[in-house]
Amino acid sequence: MTSPLFLPVAELPKLLARLLELGYKVIAPTIDQEAIVYSEIQSVEDLPRGWTDEQEPGHYRIKPTSNDRYFDYVVGPHSWKKYLFPPLQLISRAISGEEGWTFETCSDAPEQLAFLGVRACELAAMKIQDRVFLDGAYVDTGYQRRREGSFVIAVNCSVASPNCFCTSMNSGPRCKTGFDLALTELDDGMFVEVGSSRGQDVIEPLSLHAATTQHLNSAENLYARTVSQVSKHLNTDDLRNRLMSNLNDGKWDSVAERCLSCTNCTMVCPTCFCSHVSEVPSLDETVVERQRKWDSCFNLEFTAVHGTPVRNDVRSRYRQWLTHKLATWHDQFGESGCVGCGRCITWCPVGIDLTVEVNAICGGES
Amino acid sequence: MSNKLRLGVFKFASCDGCQLSLLNAEDELLALAEKLEIAHFLEASSIIGAGPFDVSLVEGSISTEADLQRIKDVRRLSKTLITIGACATSGGIQALRNGASYEEFVRAVYPSPEFIHSLETATPISQHVPVDFELRGCPVNTKQLVQILVDHLHGRRIRVPNHSVCRDCKLSGTVCVTVARGLPCLGPVTQAGCGAICPEFTRGCYGCYGPAHQSNPSSLMAWLSGHQHPVEQLVPLLQNFNAAAPAFSNAAKELQEGARR
Repeated sequence: MTSPLFLPVAELPKLLARLLELGYKVIAPTIDQEAIVYSEIQSVEDLPRGWTDEQEPGHYRIKPTSNDRYFDYVVGPHSWKKYLFPPLQLISRAISGEEGWTFETCSDAPEQLAFLGVRACELAAMKIQDRVFLDGAYVDTGYQRRREGSFVIAVNCSVASPNCFCTSMNSGPRCKTGFDLALTELDDGMFVEVGSSRGQDVIEPLSLHAATTQHLNSAENLYARTVSQVSKHLNTDDLRNRLMSNLNDGKWDSVAERCLSCTNCTMVCPTCFCSHVSEVPSLDETVVERQRKWDSCFNLEFTAVHGTPVRNDVRSRYRQWLTHKLATWHDQFGESGCVGCGRCITWCPVGIDLTVEVNAICGGES
Repeated sequence: MSNKLRLGVFKFASCDGCQLSLLNAEDELLALAEKLEIAHFLEASSIIGAGPFDVSLVEGSISTEADLQRIKDVRRLSKTLITIGACATSGGIQALRNGASYEEFVRAVYPSPEFIHSLETATPISQHVPVDFELRGCPVNTKQLVQILVDHLHGRRIRVPNHSVCRDCKLSGTVCVTVARGLPCLGPVTQAGCGAICPEFTRGCYGCYGPAHQSNPSSLMAWLSGHQHPVEQLVPLLQNFNAAAPAFSNAAKELQEGARR
């Protein structure tokens, strides 16, 4: 791979133009609904330049900064999951005709998406979902198609929020693998790392100069500063066994008293992958669509077996979520299901903090 | 004799909005009418068909002595009885008088209270007769209403999702108005069905569909009242169309008692 390059800040539009010229639809952070969300952009003007976010448990606000950086915030309510694993998918259709029923598989029109601004924890989340959807005997072909079609431009975080704990989950803040290009925003431009031959093909025609030692030092300083800003920690030592040996701890009751079972944590989680499939008939019953929608282990119906819920209280559903995410995910997929992005903490309407609950249930300090 | 299923639509104490939700099904009504004989539906037709009915939709709460008898008649004439809307399911906005002074309410609202002959409470249909299915909403969602009728026609079990409004906000990409703007919202404790309309228009949820499954409004209220939302704002939020739904009325009571302490 080529050595790091430098993209002067004034030339960022050229990178975007290059992606658009190659036929990519560019998805990036942008301001909407008083939040930094992921949406299609047409120009670098659409990026939240000069904005940052403020996060606490159950609290999120955007506010202007005193600088004009493009990426001076962390992750918001959306994740890239909504593009790779869309919330509503049409899987198949059955049509009744003179010859009886015919069945067709539906697949969404493949789009070439370029994700601009993917953070290290989000790269880790994509890798986790790759394992869920692509490994093993049953491959989710829709996910596979969308994932292979997407071009990933990572951005190294220049700040950390009080809800970030990527350093505990070994998922950030530094982007190491899983990108085509990675940017680090310095005072006068982007320090660019090339992570794939596709990335090389995209960046080549921009004829960028190699990054200087000074650029490299500035980037290293920025990584160190961001790491020092990460204040939340989760003790992951033997976490699987610590949780699984505390399944009847009284603290589960305490969190169940506060938990709304509203599904927000699972919806914003970039690795949660549960869905349900239902058949939706037309009024005249000649067409039946099979739809797949995001679902959640917090929904009572989701826990139904033979029509009867097996986790018939909030306590058991919260415990299922937390132990799956942090413990039994290891049994199932050989790794943790948490990347430490902090979304479940920020977007919980009553500010339940996963790290605090883990510490309460099975002791935090080793 | 036609072999179509016979449908009756009945109204008790209510605003007629849920019946309008059926009339609003403009694209589906004709197709529905091919399968269902709409035998009794005063909002739509002055032809009054006699019972019995295969399916009856019942709107409104029980608010008068006459209602008490009439709902028993409707039940007796109906093979399947489905209630539609918040009034029929939890009592509706008129249930605000439950637990308050009926006399004071009547005097405050009517210029000639002597003509008013109501019960002291407005109560859900299920408190008086067995109900086969309760469709929530104020008003009910036309799509859900048509769907349950079609499901019933084809012998499928009638069901609608009972999860929170939050899931629907998240599916449509709507950013949480409580977390990102500090607005009080009942979405986390309210059953979905409306399509999460209010948050999409920067309003907190008003709880039109009543409490979600195993909902926890006490926790939400404790959080909101601890974050600069006064009890005077939160109690009225709970006391809307589903004021008498136990989960909501208990949470309102807790808030009021907490404020008194």
